[in-house]
Amino acid sequence: MGNKQTIFTAQQLDSYQDCTYFTRKEILRLFDRYRDLAPQLVPLDYTCQPDVKLPYELIGSMPELKDNPFRQRIAEVFSDDGEGNMTLDDFLDMFSVMSEMAPRDLKAYYAFKIYDFNNDDFLCKSDLEKTLNKLTRNELTEDEVRMVCEKVIDESDLDNDGRLSLEDFQTMIVRAPDFLSTFHIRI
Amino acid sequence: MAMLIATWKHCVYVFSTGLEDEVDTFQEEHERERHRGKRRDGERAKKKKRGNGEGRKRASRAGREEEKLQARREKKGRRKKSSSDQEAEGREGDEADQPTTKSSKAAKTRKNVKNEKTRKVEKEEKEDEADDEERNRKRKKKHGSNKKEENVEDGNTVKEKAGEVKKKKHKKVVETSSEKETSEEEDNEEEDSEEKEVRPETLTPEELEMLKEAVDERKKLIQGLRGKPWAMKKKLVTLRESQEFVDKYEGALGKGKGRKLYAYKVMMTKKWMKFKRDFENFKTACIPWEMKIKEIESHFGSSVASYFIFLRWMYGINMILFCLTFGLVMVPEALMGRPYGTIPRKTVPRAEAPSAMDFAVLWDFGGYAQYSVLFYGYYNNQRAIGWLKFRMPLSYFLVGVGTVAYSYMVVIRTMARNANESGVGDDNSFNFSWKMFTSWDYLIGNPETADNKFASITTIFKEAILEEQESRKDDNIHLTRFLRVLANFLVLCCLAGSGYLIYFVVRRSQKFALDGLENHTWWERNEVNMVMSLLGMFCPMLFDVISALENYHPRVALQWQLGRIFALFLGNLYTFIIALMDEINLKREEENIVKFNITTWEASHYNISASENSTSPPVTIQPADVPRGPCWETMVGQEFVRLIISDTMTTYITLLIGDFLRAVLVRFLNYCWCWDLEAGFPSYSEFDVSGNVLGLIFNQGMIWMGAFYAPCLPALNLLRLHVSMYLQCWAVMCCNVPQERVFKASGSNNFYMAMLLVILFLSTLPAIYTIVTIPPSFDCGPFSGKKRMFDVIQETLESDFPAWFSKVFSSASNPGLVLPFILLMQNEENKKKNKLAALKAQMDLEEARKAASPSAEHQKNNNASPDQEADEEEDRGRSQRMYHSKNGRSPPPHRHYGQLPATRAPVPRNYPHGNQGSAGYLPSFPRENEARMHRVPSLQRH
Repeated sequence: MGNKQTIFTAQQLDSYQDCTYFTRKEILRLFDRYRDLAPQLVPLDYTCQPDVKLPYELIGSMPELKDNPFRQRIAEVFSDDGEGNMTLDDFLDMFSVMSEMAPRDLKAYYAFKIYDFNNDDFLCKSDLEKTLNKLTRNELTEDEVRMVCEKVIDESDLDNDGRLSLEDFQTMIVRAPDFLSTFHIRI
Repeated sequence: MAMLIATWKHCVYVFSTGLEDEVDTFQEEHERERHRGKRRDGERAKKKKRGNGEGRKRASRAGREEEKLQARREKKGRRKKSSSDQEAEGREGDEADQPTTKSSKAAKTRKNVKNEKTRKVEKEEKEDEADDEERNRKRKKKHGSNKKEENVEDGNTVKEKAGEVKKKKHKKVVETSSEKETSEEEDNEEEDSEEKEVRPETLTPEELEMLKEAVDERKKLIQGLRGKPWAMKKKLVTLRESQEFVDKYEGALGKGKGRKLYAYKVMMTKKWMKFKRDFENFKTACIPWEMKIKEIESHFGSSVASYFIFLRWMYGINMILFCLTFGLVMVPEALMGRPYGTIPRKTVPRAEAPSAMDFAVLWDFGGYAQYSVLFYGYYNNQRAIGWLKFRMPLSYFLVGVGTVAYSYMVVIRTMARNANESGVGDDNSFNFSWKMFTSWDYLIGNPETADNKFASITTIFKEAILEEQESRKDDNIHLTRFLRVLANFLVLCCLAGSGYLIYFVVRRSQKFALDGLENHTWWERNEVNMVMSLLGMFCPMLFDVISALENYHPRVALQWQLGRIFALFLGNLYTFIIALMDEINLKREEENIVKFNITTWEASHYNISASENSTSPPVTIQPADVPRGPCWETMVGQEFVRLIISDTMTTYITLLIGDFLRAVLVRFLNYCWCWDLEAGFPSYSEFDVSGNVLGLIFNQGMIWMGAFYAPCLPALNLLRLHVSMYLQCWAVMCCNVPQERVFKASGSNNFYMAMLLVILFLSTLPAIYTIVTIPPSFDCGPFSGKKRMFDVIQETLESDFPAWFSKVFSSASNPGLVLPFILLMQNEENKKKNKLAALKAQMDLEEARKAASPSAEHQKNNNASPDQEADEEEDRGRSQRMYHSKNGRSPPPHRHYGQLPATRAPVPRNYPHGNQGSAGYLPSFPRENEARMHRVPSLQRH
């Protein structure tokens, strides 16, 4: 089979398989995808761990992400520097979490981070408003947005502090029928 | 090597946090990260300053030692700081260190390299290593009660060990040191002094146990690593460290005498893991159409893709069914059975011979196709064929049963799995939250679909807001009601009409068949199938129009629509079957006449031959000339095959005309048309997920129904699905537009499955009915000459097994015994499953109140008090669990009986059946019917 690949050492591939939900083939395919974004930047040899980062502009232009209203958040959450510039490791990490195989808890954790726009570890009203506006492309009136956000907090805020903590979020999302099937990017 | 070095950077950090995290929730991880970040920022400035002195080399070792002591004094206060601080320092130290290190590539790792060096030096001081090791262990033990602490402690010991590993690795690094490095080292001084080699010989069994535990823990960590919400770097480092730890200490564990087995076990596990991974890789590589589906998914969202995934799953099932029928029925008969033309049932009759090769006839599966392995009638009733002594009739029967059994199994298992996977669902308490956080489909990768999705999400929210604000008043409820009643009435009329039409057509076709098919046109010959297909095509459209009257919410409307189509298909199918039954009865009457004729024919034939030449053996009659019965089984098989074929054809033609032609017209006529075709009336078609799924399901139902009489059906279906896959993929991508109202895909999966199950049930019913009640034809098929098809089992038992076996079997197979037993097995199965869940919950619970140990003891003592129902149940569960853990599979019968009074019921019922009652196949049990009735519900709680 494709034993001739020299991009990674066998050991590296094994480690990646241990750290992600991907098989060997998928990792190589992801690498190809990654490299396709900027062939001039990404070397074909990863055995010596080159320090390569792709800027967010490139990551966000992937077909998988480019129509996603939350693409910037996704990139920010998974990138090491928090600004959406991704190394291959971050890239693999991102798609591993978004893959079918990832468990609900892990997905919920990252979903929370994605919806937490201001990184304060709580989903407060402004986060919810941003989420909603992104979802509907600002089609709702302000009153409607406010009302929906109030409803959401009303429903899910278990400790009554006016914002959603990770715990609240998990309790809510774990029971959602659609979460697993929609929080998922096939690569 | 460079890569290895690079990963050292985080080692201290990781080891200080790694094991804690293992038991922590994501939450804690989260919190910690936050604090860490803040603190790190604070430390940064401080560290920068300190780094200045670095770069100076030590003259001698003695000097270094001195310095170290001093530094230790200075840094005592700092020692208490958290490991995260150390990590941060480490980083900063590295930054400043740069010029002194040799490996230029791994610039960041310098500090670690130095750490290693200094540690290496210290290593020489190790004298009381064993003592230290022991101290470690003891410390660990002390904290056993407090979980958290234990884990921290664990982390420390592990850290120390890792330190050793590192020491070894870096022996070759040139000694370059600095004040800073040494002072850094002081932080770790305490630990370093304890970092010694572990010599297995010096360890007591307890320590070994500890070590083993630690190793196991690491292994667990490695396995669960991918589920950790960490950055990849951290994961990689943790992985490496853990692996090294495991490697090293597994080796240590294996060295001692008597531990060879352990080493061997470890080695085998490793190999097994490797094999498993390779196999996993191979398996995913074997999944077909992954990329195709992915592409569709990104264009049309998850609901359309769910159809294709369903199609693929169906393909898999049919593949298995095909293998069964092909490998165990068709191939053996074709290879080992008597060849074509040797016996009447394998020969085209003389009358049909001239047209037997015509395409029109073959297309109808008459002629040579009819007298081939494709159909029931071809098979011979010879008990064993070929040099393998292959039991053909038995195999035929068992494959028929196996097909159905396998289908049931797969469908039910898939349903169960789906049910597990999907959330609790349908709870309305998080209505808005779910809408907000789960409505975006991350799979969407196509601007058009994204636009639709945005629009639909907006609508959903608006609707929800409206609903929330006030329960809308229907302005004219009477009109709506009237319209709905009217709509349902119309639909009922449609259904009845289509049912009657099919019945009418089938009856008419029987008349045609009696006249002889040759006298009729193509349409008249294929009327039944065509009418069924056309009905299946147009009625749903009609329903769609009718449902516009009803003014339901789209989702409710969809359900109604599905329900109606389901009813239509089912009605059609059953009308078809009923008509077919009529035909079977006709054929059987015909058969009786033929039978009578044959005896007279034979008699006359033999008379003639006897009178002509009494000495010679009877004149060989050409098998083609022998008169034969109508063979209703083949007829049924043919009907189904034709149905499938015409169904397939209609599907494809609809696809081509309805989707492709329409798309082409819309696309190209748009240039010269008076209104906008693309946006206006015809527009492009949408992919109708529900309709297609229903079509697929019914198609499968027909396969299940007809497969017994036409072994070629699974093969045909496989072909059909294969072509469908490509054709529909292509059609969807090239001529459909994404749906405007996008429905959620999840949940519907099990909805489809449920429909499939219903269809499976409904389609096996007629098949079973015919098998059980109607005697097989006398001159065709593997069961000819028997009274009933299932007699083949009896026959096999009597002739292929020793006498006692058939005796035992016949007594054991009496329904009074079998049914309760099956019920019990299921009960047991459920219990096992539930018990696992219960066990898990129990563990959680116990952990939650871990301190309250008396309760456990209390439970243990409960064995003595049988009147406490619940506790008793628990205990039983536990004992059984232990049993399972020891034994893997299900317990042997008597054990099983001992645990469950419930299983004792059937035996008394068996006595009236008589003579075999005393046989030794089951121990006799006290009669406890009452207890059973009482028991069963309580068992099910688990």
